[in-house]
This record gives sequence, structure tokens and C-alpha cells, in this order.
Amino acid sequence: MAKKISPKKARKNPSPSLETSVLAEAREAERLAEPRKMVTVYIMGKAYKVPAESTIMGAIEYAGYQIKRGAGCREGFCGACATVYRLPGDFKIYTGLACTTLVQDGMWLSQLPSIPAHKPVYDIEKLEPNITAFQQLYPEIFRCVACNTCTKACPQNLEVMEYIQAAIRGDIAKVMDLSFDCLCCGLCSIRCPAEIVHYNVGLLAKRLYGRYLSPRSAELERRLQEIRSGKYDQEYRKLMKMSREELKKLYYARDIEEEKE
Amino acid sequence: MYPEYMRPSLKKVEETRPRRFELQKSGKPVFPPMSAQEREEVLKRFHPDYRPDALRQVRIGPNKGELLTREVADMLEAHSRIDPSQFNLDRPDFETDILIIGGGGAGCAAAIIALKHGAKSIISTKLRLGDANSMMSQGGMQAAVTPQDSPTRHYLDAIGGGHFDNKPELVRALTEDGPEVVKWLEELGVIWDKRPDGNNYVLHGGGTSRQRMHSCRDYTGAIIMRTLMDEVRNHPEEILILEFMPTVELILDNKGRCAGGILYNLETEEYYVVKAKATIIATGGYGRLHIRGFDTTNHYGATGDGLIMAYRAGAKLLYMDSVQYHPTGAVFPEQIAGFLITEKIRGAGGQPVNRHGELFVFPKEPRDVESAAFIRECLERKNGIETPSGRVGVWLDSPLIDMLHGEGYVAKNFPAMYRQFIRYGIDITKEPMLTYPSLHYQNGGIEINARCETNIPGLYVAGEASGGVHGRNRLMGNSVLDYNVFGRRAGQYAAEYAKRVRLGRLTLNHVLEYEKELKKAGIRTTRIAPILLPLYTPEIVRQRQLTARYEGNLR
Repeated sequence: MAKKISPKKARKNPSPSLETSVLAEAREAERLAEPRKMVTVYIMGKAYKVPAESTIMGAIEYAGYQIKRGAGCREGFCGACATVYRLPGDFKIYTGLACTTLVQDGMWLSQLPSIPAHKPVYDIEKLEPNITAFQQLYPEIFRCVACNTCTKACPQNLEVMEYIQAAIRGDIAKVMDLSFDCLCCGLCSIRCPAEIVHYNVGLLAKRLYGRYLSPRSAELERRLQEIRSGKYDQEYRKLMKMSREELKKLYYARDIEEEKE
Repeated sequence: MYPEYMRPSLKKVEETRPRRFELQKSGKPVFPPMSAQEREEVLKRFHPDYRPDALRQVRIGPNKGELLTREVADMLEAHSRIDPSQFNLDRPDFETDILIIGGGGAGCAAAIIALKHGAKSIISTKLRLGDANSMMSQGGMQAAVTPQDSPTRHYLDAIGGGHFDNKPELVRALTEDGPEVVKWLEELGVIWDKRPDGNNYVLHGGGTSRQRMHSCRDYTGAIIMRTLMDEVRNHPEEILILEFMPTVELILDNKGRCAGGILYNLETEEYYVVKAKATIIATGGYGRLHIRGFDTTNHYGATGDGLIMAYRAGAKLLYMDSVQYHPTGAVFPEQIAGFLITEKIRGAGGQPVNRHGELFVFPKEPRDVESAAFIRECLERKNGIETPSGRVGVWLDSPLIDMLHGEGYVAKNFPAMYRQFIRYGIDITKEPMLTYPSLHYQNGGIEINARCETNIPGLYVAGEASGGVHGRNRLMGNSVLDYNVFGRRAGQYAAEYAKRVRLGRLTLNHVLEYEKELKKAGIRTTRIAPILLPLYTPEIVRQRQLTARYEGNLR
């Protein structure tokens, strides 16, 4: 990202969008004339000046670090870049993903290279989709003191404590729904006074829901039977032997299914 | 928040919205789909692959003389990271049935199925398990399940989308295994979006003639990937996961069969020898090569490592002249430039419109055609919207979606997209997103057959690293299906092969031979590949890093 925001770099490697856009060139010149606004951040305690509009990840790279641990998808899906920080004049600990959190002046930050968390081994075929699964694999959830620190730590703004409470009640569907968007960054678990590994509890509930509680598709069963019975074999053989011209003709004559709600 | 100068254009989008809403509600195409000739023309004139300097001849290796994407040819014409004379191959550090290179969707699926067929495996992965493009797919997975659809219709859609260059046996495997994959994943615990009757909720994607995109809200990849990872981790005795331990070269035996690899511990910088009866490359794609300077939707480790390892060992590549640009990459705000905006947005009724709020393309053309049309609209017709940092894009009108499906639909079905933009003060249920094509997918790769075999015995490839499944253009939802179908197949066939093979003496001679070939061709370069990690260090910092060597991040 740091590479992409540098205007100098953008000029050296013009993307096609820049090649012909006169207006864009003018704006670029304006930007270059105006010095970039910089802020000071403390990366693991060391001060660096970085562009004010950077994400934390962009700032770390701008400062010169080659990230090994602490970057994955860089778009907020993988949870590799859990970060804790404090702000000047504020006693609170904040949490966020380095890839989607913007820097602030005076921010004091550290990435967490890995979250120590247990993941019990289990056979999903031998579990039941109810409270017994949690009792067996994650008995520590019953120690939850309902302090809500996990919820405050969640960079996705999920109701983490609510889903742990739902797990304590054995409500698999609710745990699934509330933890659906979890990125497994582990910030909840690192803050939890009851030492719960929330995200693995959520993951277990989702798998149990998909495996046992989600309604089954009758259409899917019919299609699988058709395929097994060889219903499409002949048509496949025909299609696979077709010349490019024959395929083209067939392809451009396809009817398109209307979209309906 | 959009800057003030964009307001007049946003106002026009608002003004034309009611008319476009009526059009969308009719169920008919909102803009005439292109004919074969129109598609060809817009591709030739505007797709980045057709730019005069997009390709160059590769001078060495199995594809010698062929025109390849310039950045790929550069990567292939590079030195190895290792000196083969420093390794004692007679004393491997690890021995296993199957070495799986890559811990994304294909690698995990392969490990699970290989185990079902009695094979133990080692997963060597550069970052963490699951740090892969598989984790990031939002929209969904294609599979022909509904009564009005069929696997053969899916075949025709895929092969037409790929410009009829796809290998037929691979497209058959892809489309025929599709429904089985839907079931397999559900039994592992993947939560498909459902209709009230229990059947899966399916949508259109670009280039599909039937609605067949299965999804898990807009976290489809995250749900599938985490389910597969969790299942892999449920077998610690049989599947050894080595994180931050990428494979950097393949090992062959004296009969030319693949026999494992050399692994590199990214943190301690040690190298290890892994002897394996069979090897599966599942290293994914190459978005982080930033081809033609494009932003990318890809994860941090997508540097095409499998391509160069396999190529050095003598594997043939297919369609490495073809790059997929996803039509809707984000261009504003700057912090999310290049990020993927799922095709499901268009699947659910979102429309691309220009600065005047007018439609200019059928929203669901195949990706390369749609991308080329976006570029034409911006560069030739000058109907794009410029961003403060000098990028340009067209609007993707998302507020239509809640109008079509009811309020709350976006919040429920596009939580990831909603989050991505609301952080920057843009509410996608009220305002459109600004988009431009972003480097998304490696259409070609290492050539395989329907058993995932390459021209090197014992070397299997699955997922984005392979070539031939998608021809020269992949349709949306076929990559999630691809890594499942071919990950499973690779796991099965590699396990069966591992049972019968008796390896000979291990060798790295092919690495030495490749170096000789480089020299003979007069290629003088400091490039090293696999690249492993992209470099985003600013120039001014690099000038002060006097003792660091950054070609391929080697110290």
C-alpha cells in the first residue's frame, strides 16, 4: 500500500487510468506541490513520521519494515494483522486490524504476531449440535463474567459476549448468526479475563449449524442422483467433441434466465 | 465521504436511479449484452492484455519462445534462491507421503481428501494456514443444482466465458463435480445461504445463463476456508502444518519424478529438505506482481511461487499470456484502492454507471469484457470520475439493491462490503461505490489434466496455480469451485500414486541446469524467484538499507 500511495511511484509506473487522463495529471501536480500532511506514530515504541492518511499497515511499511507476520489478505478478511494501540492523553487500550485502521497522531502501536489459543481436536460426526459440544470442548466458556470486554475489542463490531452467552445456553443458531462475520483475529481472546477462545467457539458453532441444523436441499439430492446415473454423460461427450465454431454458435444462442426474487 | 467536486455526478446518479430501478425490476437485461464481434472489439482495444508491451518472449525453459505476460517472463528468467551443492538430499529433514505446497483452499482440500485415501501429508505454507485468496472470495461458488440448470449448461457458460480456450476435460471435471462439492462442504459444516424451502439461494454472476452462484453472505471464502482449515487441524497426527515455511524449489529423483521440496523458514532463515512420494502445488496466483502497475485484490503472498518452481523442474505452463482484471476494484478512498468489490453486488442488481449516471454496459458480461468496457468508458469516452489522487473510475450503484430486495438486504447479505466503506463515511445503501478494474486472477498456470497431473510424474497442481480450467478468462464463482474440485482430485490421485511409487535417488540437478540455460541465453540479471513477499518499502528507506538485499527479499 505504501508503494501505491507515493505520488512519485505512481508517476513512474503509470496505471492505464493515469495514462490519458489530463484532469488527473493536473490534480497530481497540485498534490505534489502541496507537501503531504504527516503524523508521528510510535511503532513498537519507536517514533516514525508517516503520511496522515495511512492505515497502520501502510505506516509500518512506509517506515521501512518488511512485514512477515502481521499481514495476510490486507482487506479485512483474514485476521492476520491484530494490533493494539494507545492514544496520547487517553488511558484506554484500543484494538484494530492494521489493514483497515487509520493512524492518528501520537498513536503508540504494536502488532500481535500470533495469538496463543487452543483448538481442541474433534470429529464433527461424533458431536451433537447442542450444549454438550461446548461442555466437552470449551468448558471454560461457563466462566464468562459477562464483562463485555470481548465485544469492545472486536474490530468487526460483533456482539461477541452475546454469542458466548448464547453458547452457554446451547443456542447454536444464535452463535452462528452473531459470529458469522468473525475474522478469527483473536483480539477478543487476548483481552478476556475468563481466558475464553471466543473465535474458536464461534467456528465450532458454525460448523455444527452447517452440518446438522441447516435445512437440506432437495434439488441438490436430485441433481447428485442424476449425475451418478450418468444422465449428462452423452451431452458432455457431445460438447467435448464440438469444434470451436459449433460451441460458439451454441453459446451465443443461450437463453438467459430472468432474475426473480 | 466523497469530496465536494464529485457531488454533481452523484446527483446525476440519483436522478437516473428511479428509471434504472424500473428497468432492473423488469427482469430483462438493463443494457444490451454484447455480440461476439462487439466483445472481441472492446477486448482488443481496451483490455490490458492487448497493450503492445503487455507480452514478451520467454527465452528459456519448457515454454521457450512463447509470448508471456511480461512480469511473468521476468519472474521465470531469474536465479534460484539456493545453491544445490549445499544440500544433502540423502538425509531429508522430513519424510512424508505428500508434500502440499500452499495452505489455501486447494491445499487444505487436498490434505483432507488425501487422508481419506490413506496418505499423510505436510502442508508447507509461506504465511499462516489460510492466508490465501481463498479466504477473500466474497461472492460465491458456482454449481449447477437448480432444476432449470444443468452441469452441461454450466460447461457451456464456462467455456464460452473462457473464449473456448479451456481444456474440455477440465471443464467437465469442474462442472460435473460442482454439486458434489456443495454437498461435501455442507457436510463439513459450511453454511450456505438458503431459501425458505431449504434449497440453496442462488444468484447470477457475470457470464452465467442460469442463477447458480451459491454463497455464505459475502464471507463465502472466509466461511469455506475456515471450515477446511479447522478440519485439517482436526488431524494433527496425519497432517503436519508448517507455517512461515514456504517451499522454494522442487526436488526430483533420478528418473525425473517429483520427490519433495526445499523449504525455507522465513523467520530463522534455515532451509530444510522434505522427501515426499508425491507433491501437490497449490500456491495460488500472482496478483502481488502488480502486473502493468495495477492495484490488486490479492492477498500479501500471491507472488506466483509455484509457477517458477514447477517451471525450473520442467513443467509446462499454459495461457500465461492472460491476466484477469476484476471489473469492480475500489478506487476511492485511497486506503482501499484495488480492494475487491464482489461481483455479487451486480448479481443482486447493482449497476455500473458513468459520470452522467447513465448505463454503458450490460452489468453481467464476462469479467474481461466488463473490465474492458469500464476502461473504454473512462479513457476513450472520458465518462469516468477522477479521484483526488489521480485515479479514475465509474460508479457502481449499490443503493438499488435495497430498493429491489427491501431495506436491510445489504446489511444482511453484504456485511463485509458495508463495513469496508462505512469506515470512510460512505454508506453503500445510500451512495454508490467508485470502481475501476483491479488485478484479480491468474487465468493460466501449470498445465494439468483432469487428474491434476502435470508432465512431471508425481507433481500435481490444483487451484489458481494450474492452467487450462478457465481458458483465457475465468467466470465469477468458478475459482472457489476450482480449488475445491481440483484440490479434492489432487488429494485423491496423489494419494493413490504415493502408494505405488518407489523413489530413486534425489537430485536438484534441474536447478543447476536451469542456471546454465540462463547463462547460455545471455540473461544477466540479479532477479531471484520465488519472490515470496512483495516489496513496499519506500525508495528513500531502501537507499539506506546498505546491508540488505531486496531482490526476492533475500538478505
